[in-house]
Amino acid sequence: MASIALERVSRVFAGGHAGVRDVSLQIPDGELVVLVGPSGSGKSTLLRLIAGLETPTSGRVLIGGRDVTGVPPQQRDLAMVFQSYALYPHKTVRENLAFGLRMRGRPRPEIERRVAEVAAALQIEALLDRRPAQLSGGQRQRVALGRAIAREPQAFLFDEPLSNLDPALRLETRTEIALLHRRLRATMVYVTHDQEEAMKLGERVVLLRDGAVEQVGPPMEIYRRPATLFAARFVGSPPMNILEGRIGAEGGTVSLEALNCSVPLQGHAAGFAAGDGVAVGIRPHDLALVSVPDGDFTGTVDVVEPAGSELHVHLHPEHRPADRLIVVARGDATVRPDTLVGVHIARDRIHLFAR
Amino acid sequence: MSRWVARGAAALVALSAFPLAWMVVASLAPETRLFDAGGVWRGPFVLDHYRALFDQRDFWVPIRNSFIVAGSTTVFAVALGAACAYALARMRFRGRYALLAFVLAVSMFPQISLVAPLYLLLREAGLINTYPGLVLPYLTFAMPLTIWLLVGYFRQLPADLEEAAAIDGAGRLRTLVEIFAPLAWPGIATTAILTFVYCWNEFLFALSFTLGPERHTVPVAIALFRGQYQVPWGQILAAAVVATAPVVLLVIAFQRRITRGLTAGAVKG
Amino acid sequence: MSASPSERREAWLFVSPAIATIAAVAIIPMAWTVWESLHLHDLRMPWLGRPFVGADNYLEAFGDERFRDAMARTFAFAAASVSLELVIGLIFALAMSHALRARALIRVLVLMAWAVPTVVAALVWRFMFEGPSGVAGSLLAALGVVDAGFSWFVHPVAAWVPILLADAWKMTPFVALLLLAGLESIDPSLYDAARMDGAGAWRQFREITLPLLRPALLVAVLFRALDAFRVFDVIYVMTGGGPGTSTEPISLYTFTTLLQHLRFGYGSALSVLVFLTTFVLALLYIRLVGRNLLEAKP
Repeated sequence: MASIALERVSRVFAGGHAGVRDVSLQIPDGELVVLVGPSGSGKSTLLRLIAGLETPTSGRVLIGGRDVTGVPPQQRDLAMVFQSYALYPHKTVRENLAFGLRMRGRPRPEIERRVAEVAAALQIEALLDRRPAQLSGGQRQRVALGRAIAREPQAFLFDEPLSNLDPALRLETRTEIALLHRRLRATMVYVTHDQEEAMKLGERVVLLRDGAVEQVGPPMEIYRRPATLFAARFVGSPPMNILEGRIGAEGGTVSLEALNCSVPLQGHAAGFAAGDGVAVGIRPHDLALVSVPDGDFTGTVDVVEPAGSELHVHLHPEHRPADRLIVVARGDATVRPDTLVGVHIARDRIHLFAR
Repeated sequence: MSRWVARGAAALVALSAFPLAWMVVASLAPETRLFDAGGVWRGPFVLDHYRALFDQRDFWVPIRNSFIVAGSTTVFAVALGAACAYALARMRFRGRYALLAFVLAVSMFPQISLVAPLYLLLREAGLINTYPGLVLPYLTFAMPLTIWLLVGYFRQLPADLEEAAAIDGAGRLRTLVEIFAPLAWPGIATTAILTFVYCWNEFLFALSFTLGPERHTVPVAIALFRGQYQVPWGQILAAAVVATAPVVLLVIAFQRRITRGLTAGAVKG
Repeated sequence: MSASPSERREAWLFVSPAIATIAAVAIIPMAWTVWESLHLHDLRMPWLGRPFVGADNYLEAFGDERFRDAMARTFAFAAASVSLELVIGLIFALAMSHALRARALIRVLVLMAWAVPTVVAALVWRFMFEGPSGVAGSLLAALGVVDAGFSWFVHPVAAWVPILLADAWKMTPFVALLLLAGLESIDPSLYDAARMDGAGAWRQFREITLPLLRPALLVAVLFRALDAFRVFDVIYVMTGGGPGTSTEPISLYTFTTLLQHLRFGYGSALSVLVFLTTFVLALLYIRLVGRNLLEAKP
C-alpha cells in the first residue's frame, strides 16, 4: 500500500477549459478518501490524473513518495474500478481477473492461484467461465472489483462504481467496498457525485467545485461546519435552507427578513460586522415544529412528504408564499397542508456565509 | 505506435490522391507531353483534349444519357424502396425477416448472371439501346440497395413521435407526411446520393444493353474510345475528369452523410 | 409477430411494389437463366433451335480448361485483393480513429476513390503503367523493381499488378470506413482498463482491438470477397483479359461466351455456376449481417 500526493496539479484541456485547477492533496497510506462534487467539478479528471490516464499540465503526482508524473499508467501499479465496469467482453471472467497479472508477466500457477483466491473471496467462483454479457450488473461489478484486487496494487481507484446499479444493489456493494477497505487496509480514492454516498463511505471527503478543492475533512466536519455556501448546500439531505439575513446592531443577533424574526447568535458572527448582509443557513433537521406561539416564526404548510421515520415538511413563512423552507419532523407527527405551524430554530446550529 | 500509424496513413493518403491528381494534370497536358513523366507537371497546360472531347466526340451525349438513366433509376428505386423499407422497419407482420433476407440475397446476384436473360427479354420488348432498357436492369441492384440502406436508417429513427401521433389520433398517411417524412428525409437524401453514384458508375449492364454512341453512358463511352492511329489518352483522361467531376462534387458536399450511409447498414455495435 | 389483419394488409401494400419490381427484374431473369442453362442455345446457329440438353452444358464447363483457369484466377485475385485491402484499410481506419483533426481530410480523399467510376480508375491506372513512360511504370523501373522499358501489360503475371492496385485503390476506402465504424464501437474505457492493467500499445491492439474488431473484419472480408469474385469492369477496361486470357476472370469469360460467342445456353450454365459460388459466400454474409441489422440493440 502506498500514500498518494498531489502537488499543485492542474489539467487544462485544449480549448482552455481547466478541468482541474491547482489542486494539492495528501492521502496517507491506507486511507479511504472520497472525491465528491457535481458534474464538471473535476473529480473524474483528478482520478484519471492519479491513474496516469491523463497527464497534468502542471504540478506533480507522487505515489508512495515517488514522483510518477510522467509515468504511464501501466507502470504505476494502481487498480481502477470503472463506472461501466470496463470488463473485457470477449474474455471470460477468469481471463478478466487474470489479465492484469498476465500483463505483468506473473507465472501461470501464481495467476491461477490468485484468480481462485479472489473468486472465492467475492463468491464468483461459479461465474469464472462465463462472459460479462451473461452476468447481472451486480455480478459484473464484483468481477470488476475482483480484477482490481487480484493485482494487489499499491492503491485502488474507484470511478463512480455504483452509479449503474439499482438502489438495493448500490447499498450492498457500498458495504462490500467499505468491508474491503477494512480488510485490506488499502489506500482507496473513490469518486462519486452522490453526497450521501460520500458521507457514508469516506474517512475523509474532498469536496470539489469547478476543478478546485472547496473543502476537505471528515464527513461530519463538512456536514457540521461547511466552509462555504456551496459546501453547505451540497452536503446534507434534504438540503440546507438558505435565507437572507442581516447582522443585528450589537452583532449578537441576526435578523431574517423573510421570516420576520430575529435570532440570537451563539458567537458565530466572527468575520461579520453589525449591519452586514449575510446568507443564513439552517438545516431542516435543526428546525422543529412547535405550537404557533412558541415558534420563532410562523409558517403555512405546503406539502408533507412521509420519509419513513421522518416527515419532510415543506412550508413557507406566513404571508410570503414564494419563500420555501423544509423542516424535518418526527415520522409520527400530525401535520397537515394549509395549516399554520410554529417553527423553532436551534440556536447553536445557525450557519453564516458571506452573501 | 500511433505515430507510425499516422505516418503510414499519411503516405497512403498521398498515394490515394496521386492518381486523381495525375489524371487531372495529364488531361491538361499537350499531346506530346503526355508520357513525359517528369515534364507533365511543368506545363504548359492546354484545354485541347477537352475541346476535342466535346467538339469532335460529342461527349455531351453520354453525359446526358448517364444523367437520365441514373436519375430515373434513383427516383424509382428510392420511391419504391422507401415505402418497402418503411414497412420493414416500422410495421410488424409475418415474413418480415424473410423478406429482408430475400432482399439481401438478391443484392448478391452476380450481374453477369442476369445479363443473358435480361438481354433476351429486352430484345423481345424492343428495349435494347433505350433508356428504359437500362433503368430496368439497374433496378436489380438499385432496389436492394435503397431498401437495405433505408431499413437501416429508418430503424435508427425514434419511434416515439409516431406513437405519440397515433395516440393523438393521426392516421397513417398524416403521420407519414407530417411526422415521419421530416425526420427521414436526410436518410432518404443520402440513399438517393449513394444510388445515383452507383448508377452513374455502372458499366457491365450499360455495355451489354446499349449498342451505339446514342445511348452509351459515360463509363461505356470512355472505355470504348478509339483513336484512328493510337489510343487517344489525352481525350480519355479529359473524359475521365468530366466523368468523375459530378460524383466528386457530390462527395465533397455530402461527405459526412455518405460515410454514415455507407456504414449504417453494415456494422452494428 | 402479432399484427392486426389491417396492419398486415397495409404492410404488404407498402412492400409489394418494390418486391414485384425485384421479382420482375431479378428473380424471374435468374430463374430463366437456370432454365436456359439446361438448353442448347447458340444465337449464331439459330437453325439448331433450342433443344433441352439437361446437364450437358455443366459437364462441358467442368471439362473446359478455360473455365477452370478463369475460376482459379478469380479466386486467387479475390484472395489477394481482399488481403491487400484489409491491411491497408485497417491502417487507414486506425489512423482515422486517432487523428481526429485529419479525419475530415482523410475521409474526403478516401471517399473520392470510392466515388470514381471503376472504368475511370482502371483507365487512370492503365495510363500510369502504360508503355515505358507511364509514370508508375517509370518510377518502378527507376527503383530497380523492373528493367527500364518493361511492358507491364504484355507480361501475364505482371499485368495483375496494375489490376490489383487499381482495385485496391478503389475499394480500400469502403473497407477502411467499415473498420472505422467497428473501431469506434469499442468501449474506450476498455483501453483505459487495459492501460491500468499494464498493457502497452501493441498488447492493447492484440488483446482488445483485434478481437473486438472481428465482426467488422468478417463483414469486410465477406463483402469484399463477394465483390472481388464478381470483378469485371476493371479488368475489361485495363487488359481485356489479356495478354491472351491470362488475366481473364470468370465473369469476363461468361460475358465473352454470351455476347461474343453468342452461346446463350452454355453462357447461362457458366452464369449459374458463378451465382452458386457467390450464393454460398452470400449465405455466410446474410448469416452474419442480416441478424445484426434486425436484432434490437440491448
